[in-house]
Amino acid sequence: MAEFFLRELAHARAGDKGDTCNIGVIAYRPEWYPLLLEQVTVERVAKLFDALVKGPIRRYELPNVQAINLVMEQALGGGVTRSLSLDPHGKSYSALLLSLPMEVPPAVAAELLALGRSPCS
Amino acid sequence: MHQDQKPPGTLRIGAGASYAGDRIEPAADLAHRGQLDYLVFETLAERTIALAQLERLKDPAKGFNALLGARLRAVWPAAVAAGTRIVSSMGAANPLGAARHAAAVAGELGLPGLSIAAVLGDDVLDYCRAHADELLLMESGQPLSSVAGQMVSANAYLGADAIVPALAQGADLVLTGRVADCSLFLAPMIHHYGWSWDDWALLGQGQVCADMLECGANVSGGFFADPGYKYVPNLGALGYPYVDIDSAGIGVIGKLAGTGGLISRATCSEQMLYEIHDPSAYVTPDVIVDFTSVSLTEIGPDRVRITGGRGRARPALLKVSVGLREGWIGEAEITYAGLGCVARARLAEEVVRQRLDLAGVQIAELRVDYIGINSLHGQASHPTGVDPYEVRLRFAGRCRERKDADLLVGEVETLVGKGPCASSLPRLYVREVIAIESVLIPRSAVSPQVVMFGGDRDG
Repeated sequence: MAEFFLRELAHARAGDKGDTCNIGVIAYRPEWYPLLLEQVTVERVAKLFDALVKGPIRRYELPNVQAINLVMEQALGGGVTRSLSLDPHGKSYSALLLSLPMEVPPAVAAELLALGRSPCS
Repeated sequence: MHQDQKPPGTLRIGAGASYAGDRIEPAADLAHRGQLDYLVFETLAERTIALAQLERLKDPAKGFNALLGARLRAVWPAAVAAGTRIVSSMGAANPLGAARHAAAVAGELGLPGLSIAAVLGDDVLDYCRAHADELLLMESGQPLSSVAGQMVSANAYLGADAIVPALAQGADLVLTGRVADCSLFLAPMIHHYGWSWDDWALLGQGQVCADMLECGANVSGGFFADPGYKYVPNLGALGYPYVDIDSAGIGVIGKLAGTGGLISRATCSEQMLYEIHDPSAYVTPDVIVDFTSVSLTEIGPDRVRITGGRGRARPALLKVSVGLREGWIGEAEITYAGLGCVARARLAEEVVRQRLDLAGVQIAELRVDYIGINSLHGQASHPTGVDPYEVRLRFAGRCRERKDADLLVGEVETLVGKGPCASSLPRLYVREVIAIESVLIPRSAVSPQVVMFGGDRDG
């Protein structure tokens, strides 16, 4: 199966509360939502964010808007107000998440290629 | 119906700001041609009120939003002409001082007879000091008493029930300190429609609509654009949003014709998930909100209808943000460019680390970033395999004492002339850390009150 970045299938925004970061991930098309449910798993997200997130990660599903909400604890360098990071709120974490490689079935790959999207190299 | 025309039987609430330094002209546009019933300015991030408290300690007349006067001058004459009332958290650490300042601005603008309300009661510093042994920090579980010596502020997140009495007394302008962001928007709905304080389903639906507006332009195309993926027309002239809400809490999010930006299912979905944890139990002081049945329907250009929000009984406890003095952060940045720039930056890092050791600088945590390579995502950054043309080296260190933060940035300053060749001049910053922790207190510990100024009610 072809691999594309999550960015091709979904959009995302990150938010902060204390030392906890959440990322809402929303499928561009309802028919792509099952791919998110199947592959944007806590395990894969934990691996991608291993260097940044020290605490547990929880995943919530919102089929009503074809979205997943990822909640990551101890993720913001001790908290927005004391972090040494240039991005204390973790607002750029959504872009890291969208770099997750996704295996897509041939029909979806054909759709993405028709849109001018490129597979992961 | 023209895009801007308010549907009959609805209440229109506009979002004029979503942080302390937000743009003013989109709010003025809303005030001038938005046919608003209410204009809300939300201006308090987690830390804003602690910083305002420090300002107030230095000067008792200060401690409220520095743009209060500028915002009122830009919107108030039009708002008064249109019958628009204003609700805002610009009172920050000093709602009374803010209300006095607003009264002076009203006089200056020749707007007599306006009544201004200050909402008090969010300051619970005395309560937290008295109960520091039994209150636990939400994230670490440690007692508040373990950091009591560093406390500079403690403010409870008040709800709509603190604001509605001010509207009931006829306030044209309501200035609060810490209130939950969405409660600023929910209060006018409750006041206007007379919603019951325990109709949790209705309050839940209303709060879903309020949540759409609490980050201002984040729902109308701000912080959304991604070229080639997410297109936002005329982003530089972003219009700020309003909601047209009916008596059943059904809201339609919109923005003014001719403004830039975008309101779509996608922008609304991103905003709905922003800063929530369990979407079936989003805790606000007024109601516990359930987003899991919400439907977002595009009903016209830049108009999205919000339905299906649900709610459960409000929580027994209120969240409090506690501001703590936590020492100092020193930051210094310097850029290397051209062939070998990354190798020179790495040598510079070595030199600074060696100098800090030699000088015995006390640093609790030191972070070194290579801007252009790994500054935002650290070890999680994707390697590109090629050196960038230039790289900016950044040091950030947390120190207990200011003198150590000064020494840290001093060692970066002397890289010019004494470190590797061919760099920019460095930029140096030293700042005090005011950290925020959260605790929960019983509702009985707060007693919100309204103080009215001006108008006919104050004589």
